[in-house]
Amino acid sequence: MIAEKTTIAKLNSDGLSLDSVSLWQITWRRLFQRRSAVVGFIILGLLIFVAFTAQWLAPYDPTKSMLDIKDYPIAVPEKRASPCIHLFGCPADQPQHIAGTDGNLRDQFSRLLYGSRLSLMVGFSTVTFAIIIGTVLGAIAGYFGGWWDNIIMRIMDVLLAFPSLLLAIAIVTVLGPGLINALLAIGIVSIPAYARVMRASVLSVREMDYVSATRALGGNNMQILFNRILPNALTPLIVQGTLGIASAILDAAALSFIGLGAQPPTPEWGSMLGAERNQVFTAPHLVFYPGFAIMLTVLSFNLIGDGLRDALDPRLAHLS
Amino acid sequence: MTQYLLRRILASIPVLLGILIVTFIIARVIPGDPCRAALGEKATAAVCDRFIHEKGLDRPIHEQLIIYIGEVLRGDFGDSIRLSLPVTRLLAERLPTTIELSFAALLISMIVGIPLGVISAVKHNSWIDVLTMMWANAGISMPVFWLGLMLAYVFSLLLKDTPFWLPPSGRISAGMVDDPFYEVWGWILPESGLWASILVFLGRLNILNAILTTNWELLKDAIKHLILPAVALGTIPMALIARMTRSAMLDVLGQDYIRTARAKGLKKNIVIMKHAFRNSLLPLITVIGLSLGGLLGGAVLTETIFGLSGLGRTLYEAITARDYVIVQAFTLVIAIFFVTINLLVDISYAYLDPRIRVN
Repeated sequence: MIAEKTTIAKLNSDGLSLDSVSLWQITWRRLFQRRSAVVGFIILGLLIFVAFTAQWLAPYDPTKSMLDIKDYPIAVPEKRASPCIHLFGCPADQPQHIAGTDGNLRDQFSRLLYGSRLSLMVGFSTVTFAIIIGTVLGAIAGYFGGWWDNIIMRIMDVLLAFPSLLLAIAIVTVLGPGLINALLAIGIVSIPAYARVMRASVLSVREMDYVSATRALGGNNMQILFNRILPNALTPLIVQGTLGIASAILDAAALSFIGLGAQPPTPEWGSMLGAERNQVFTAPHLVFYPGFAIMLTVLSFNLIGDGLRDALDPRLAHLS
Repeated sequence: MTQYLLRRILASIPVLLGILIVTFIIARVIPGDPCRAALGEKATAAVCDRFIHEKGLDRPIHEQLIIYIGEVLRGDFGDSIRLSLPVTRLLAERLPTTIELSFAALLISMIVGIPLGVISAVKHNSWIDVLTMMWANAGISMPVFWLGLMLAYVFSLLLKDTPFWLPPSGRISAGMVDDPFYEVWGWILPESGLWASILVFLGRLNILNAILTTNWELLKDAIKHLILPAVALGTIPMALIARMTRSAMLDVLGQDYIRTARAKGLKKNIVIMKHAFRNSLLPLITVIGLSLGGLLGGAVLTETIFGLSGLGRTLYEAITARDYVIVQAFTLVIAIFFVTINLLVDISYAYLDPRIRVN
């Protein structure tokens, strides 16, 4: 900690320093100076904590009806019961359900906790899939140019010509409803964004002297792509990826909401909301909580993504 | 400029062709038997064979594609399998709802988003700025379907019996007279053809129709029904527009010529509107264009929640019912709309920024 401070001081006083500070250290520091990014990290940290500890935090099995629970205190539980929290004056002889029960007499709070696992999994897996394929396609298009570039980028243009949610719906219909197919569909529709980012970065550094130098030294295409070009493209990819997780989670929730994604009884926020949407006037809590959880998750990634973009932007360096 | 226009329009032809092929493929690979979807589960093999032959579905796939492209170029989208209705007619009936919804959503998002963005840039780091940005961040993170349901809960149930009550579903109230203007004017609707479709299309634009027929009750009712879905659908673009306006304005406000303008004694408001705002229009146009495309995706969800039979909901129902003719035509229309908007965005860019034309 002290060492870090002296480094900054040295840099500030004479502008020259023998200690090197890496781009990532600078980024990290700038990121944590931004209040909104810190809020994003706190929310995400909480969500990850909940996702890992759901089996201990959840009072009930998320897929089990109260009727199937042996020592349940009352004989005939109420369907879609309003939240009952003992601390806030709910009678002690009533079983506690922090977020009420759903239409199948399951504990909504337990389902909400378990839902965080799926949501995070959806976000990370689809974006990883899309980044890997998009990066490879964009690298090929940018590096080799010519008709490779033309064919790949025209296909990407066609994919981009459809609203992403509609294209995802069409793909899921072809593949059949289900969580895995929904993930695949969202992964496919997010590929073009990464392909474009990667291609643009490749084009901007392809003719740089250090790339020519590597080639002159006998480096092959693979070495140039992975050791020289990819590191330069990482910055925009990371920003795009973080914001991409946010929209992937939203799209996945939408697919589950209309019944094409996660299937019941899986505790997934979108499908929980979809199952109870006609009860919004009689049991609003069953609609409110899952949607609020989706919003918080998406918000955390958006805040972190925005923070990363600003922290990695050298034009904004003077602000920190 | 003409050269740029031509180049840009020519460049979108391969994309349009690709879209045609993709919609064709999507329609063919949707699992399920089109014959049984159309004629019912009990259709015999002989009947089905005849059906398949009549629809040309037994021809080689490349022949089908060529026939399809030819038909689309002639403006013929075929007949819906399930509803046995020309798809062009169906489009004329369903498209107006989506258009009204999208434009209302865009209008709301611009009316609220742009001023909020300008104010928070001018009053940078003030409480207005902080509140606007908090709200904008929440706005882009909300699921459309959730926001829609919550709005319906608040405005249709909690605010019942107050003047703020708004209807939770439908395009107009049950029992409301909505005779199309051509009937009121005593015109006779032709059996079929483009003119008939155009008349039906215009007649289904409820707000326009209400004005044309001077039916003020209908106008009030149609607008009331549009508010909740439009707010739900418009919230994401509203947040995006507010954020983009703010950052573009901040960028411009830091430029030297703004200081010069202030230094030579121009009023602050004139500098903000004439020097700063006009120069931050460029990124704003991109966001608005892209939002309009995103609105169509969101329209599927919004239309489902608010019980509006528009493009999105019809498409979704057609996909689940395996009506490949509708799927084909509707995805095509949406994609063409999308490409056209992107084209318009590019063109307006070139118009506003001469540097782009040269490159």
